[in-house]
Amino acid sequence: MSHPEAGVLLRMTGIVKDFPGVRALDGVDLDVRAGEVHCLLGQNGAGKSTLIKVLSGFHQPDGGTIEWEGEETSLSSPAKAIERGVATIYQELDLVPHLDVTENIFLGHEVSAGGFTQRGRARQQVRELLGRLGHPEIASTRLLGSLSPAAQQIVSMARALSHDTKLLILDEPSAVLDQEEVGNLFRVIRGLTAEGVAVVYISHRLEEIREIGDRITVLKDGRTVATGLPVADTPTAELIRLMTGRSIEYVFPPRPETPAADARPVLEVRDLGLAGVFSKVDLTVHAGEIVGVAGLVGAGRSEIIETVYGARRASTGTVSVDGKRVRRGSVTAAVRAGMGLAPEERKSQGLLLDEAVYRNVTVSSMTRFARFGFLDRGEERRRAEELTTGLDVRPTGVTRAVRTLSGGNQQKVVLARWLMRDCRVLLLDEPTRGVDVGARTEIYQLVRSLADRGVAVVVVSSEVEEVLGLADRVVVVREGRVVHESAATAIDEAKVLDLVMEGKVPA
Amino acid sequence: MSQDSIRVERAALEAGREDNRVLAVMRSSVGRNAGLVIALLLLCVVGAVTAGDRFASTANALTILRLAATIGVVSIGMTFVIIGGGIDLSVGAIVALSSVWCTTLATQDMAASSGWLLMVLVALLVGAGCGLVNGLVISYGKVAPFMATLAMLASARGLAEIISDKKTQIVKVDGFAEFFTGKLLGVDVSIWLFALVAVVGWVLLNRTTFGRRTVAVGGNPEAARLAGIDVRRHTIYLYVLLGVCCGIAAIMLVARTTTGSSTHGNLYELDAIAAVVIGGTLLTGGRGTIVGTILGVLIFMTLTNIFTLNNRTFSEQSLLKGVIIVAAVLLQQRLASRSNT
Repeated sequence: MSHPEAGVLLRMTGIVKDFPGVRALDGVDLDVRAGEVHCLLGQNGAGKSTLIKVLSGFHQPDGGTIEWEGEETSLSSPAKAIERGVATIYQELDLVPHLDVTENIFLGHEVSAGGFTQRGRARQQVRELLGRLGHPEIASTRLLGSLSPAAQQIVSMARALSHDTKLLILDEPSAVLDQEEVGNLFRVIRGLTAEGVAVVYISHRLEEIREIGDRITVLKDGRTVATGLPVADTPTAELIRLMTGRSIEYVFPPRPETPAADARPVLEVRDLGLAGVFSKVDLTVHAGEIVGVAGLVGAGRSEIIETVYGARRASTGTVSVDGKRVRRGSVTAAVRAGMGLAPEERKSQGLLLDEAVYRNVTVSSMTRFARFGFLDRGEERRRAEELTTGLDVRPTGVTRAVRTLSGGNQQKVVLARWLMRDCRVLLLDEPTRGVDVGARTEIYQLVRSLADRGVAVVVVSSEVEEVLGLADRVVVVREGRVVHESAATAIDEAKVLDLVMEGKVPA
Repeated sequence: MSQDSIRVERAALEAGREDNRVLAVMRSSVGRNAGLVIALLLLCVVGAVTAGDRFASTANALTILRLAATIGVVSIGMTFVIIGGGIDLSVGAIVALSSVWCTTLATQDMAASSGWLLMVLVALLVGAGCGLVNGLVISYGKVAPFMATLAMLASARGLAEIISDKKTQIVKVDGFAEFFTGKLLGVDVSIWLFALVAVVGWVLLNRTTFGRRTVAVGGNPEAARLAGIDVRRHTIYLYVLLGVCCGIAAIMLVARTTTGSSTHGNLYELDAIAAVVIGGTLLTGGRGTIVGTILGVLIFMTLTNIFTLNNRTFSEQSLLKGVIIVAAVLLQQRLASRSNT
């Protein structure tokens, strides 16, 4: 399957990409040969998505060179990349559900003559493409929205091939597929590579990489740490070591000496399930304890805490705070019971960006400052001021719009909101996403000090290191199931990674 | 990520803030309202020049305010709905239905024996009921506000026509029309009523938890929900509030014309929404002011007055109104898009 003798199709050298405040790529090297399946490995935030976007012309690199078929080139726009022969299939399929298969495949480059679409000819070409992909059973006239996710993916690939594609990028294509469909996908990929098409394959599942890949490039913190590793001779342990070796060390606050598990339970989740997403989740969090939830994107992490919080309506199970059952599917009831959530998408789900800091802090406890509905704004502002000063929110001034604060300070505002309510249970979804390195440590200390005051904390994070460093106890979820639970000190990063990717602890 | 790049980023952010100071003043509600006051004053100059003393008199000022009162009360309710992220196209129809229902023979018979306050009560209840239906359909039925209230527009006016048999119903109860068209300290009761609704609206929006929640629900419904606000219930309250405002407007209209009719309140939705938008309230929700809306109403009514005094046709008024609405929305979008960069 591998073609070591084949020519290099693409060679990227020293690619750098800066975003405001963050260097997303800091020297990425990648070479892809015609006819190979080149796997891209790396933890969340390693820079895989940014790299793909550079390759498909969405982002322009700030440094480094791209050689295409031996000549230096620039992929200055998505159209330019497509013209060169680069096609990308994203995790979120970018198809139009209300159009039929043919219309989707030729969207933007319709088969036409003199301005009139030639539907017969287009259908014929679609049948050929789908046949080439081994899926002639997909009717060219079906509405896309009526197809299964797997079939939609095939249509997406047919669309890629309707251009003269030399390099196909697949971003976690197996995430939406079941076992059998993955088998089909692999047959399609093998067919394409046999025709000389190069494939860049991104997946978290090592077993898949073992099955389909030829060579591996590992990214970490925006750099290439290893490139061109042959899949066949690289042990799993080596790959995990490459993915986890750290260049930046975060400082985590020390854990309390008395184990919090002896304290009384505050949050009790029993047999919680959400149809089609996760099931049979049990979770007990004691006063003063931090429980970390680790898992891949799509494993059900966020869904679990959103369901605990009532933002999604559970199909089975119960949630209790201090022994009292909380009404299902009601955020209002959850907040009244003493829960608070710092959501994953802070800007779109957590904050009123154009509103003043103090209003964001008091939004969940307004009635405390109101008499007959009239707000005591002086008192409101004073209390918010006290809290935000205590949390060192910078710049100071509670009347400034939250939009003007940095990510870390915005997160502190969200935390201040729940401090203001004296919440009993704090649910944190990706608490340090978009937070710069310095502020992370502050957030970690803040979370620990909340726990020390007796709050039960649940932290969901895609950064394994964060879960292990911050939490007292760790729960690992994979495909909607809890697959592991232990003290944070009893498990290491490599084991967690292995669990989330393969579902079992290596011997 | 290096510390240097963070520093550079911060410096860039601060520099950007300086540049935006002028824009910020334009965007701030005080700045915008000052702009509206200037527009209104210019309009008054135009009125005084073209119509002379017929425009610049106390009597004419009261005429303008009397016209503004009815639509103004509806506009203040509409301000809340739009800040809360909704829209209501059915206000004119609700005014018609309220006016008809509170002037039916049955209602008037009962009012004749128990007092005209009963008519007031009926008008308010009908308005609140229609608002409640709107709110329920939008919140729990998850129907787009545009569609739900468009349906109410058709149904409410239809019901008004059925109840009145498309006939104009004349008010015969003593005291009702006399009270609302009477004067207090030289100013019409209806104008006092408008002022009262405006003050209550301002306090409600700026000084109460209700107002704060309205802004949160319209600004970011998902964040409001996750902060523990019952977004659906609040949405219902907003439409009921607007329904009650329509009831008040219906009372004023019935008193002024001494009739209830299924043709009352025609195109009120256009005038109210236009006044709110001209007043600087974002159509996408989350931001707006009562003062802006009042200025928007006054600008609209002064314009109408000037046209009437100069013997211009209603068609010409409509044409200009349309142009003004588009101009106001374009200006708003320009400012909003800059604030997001």
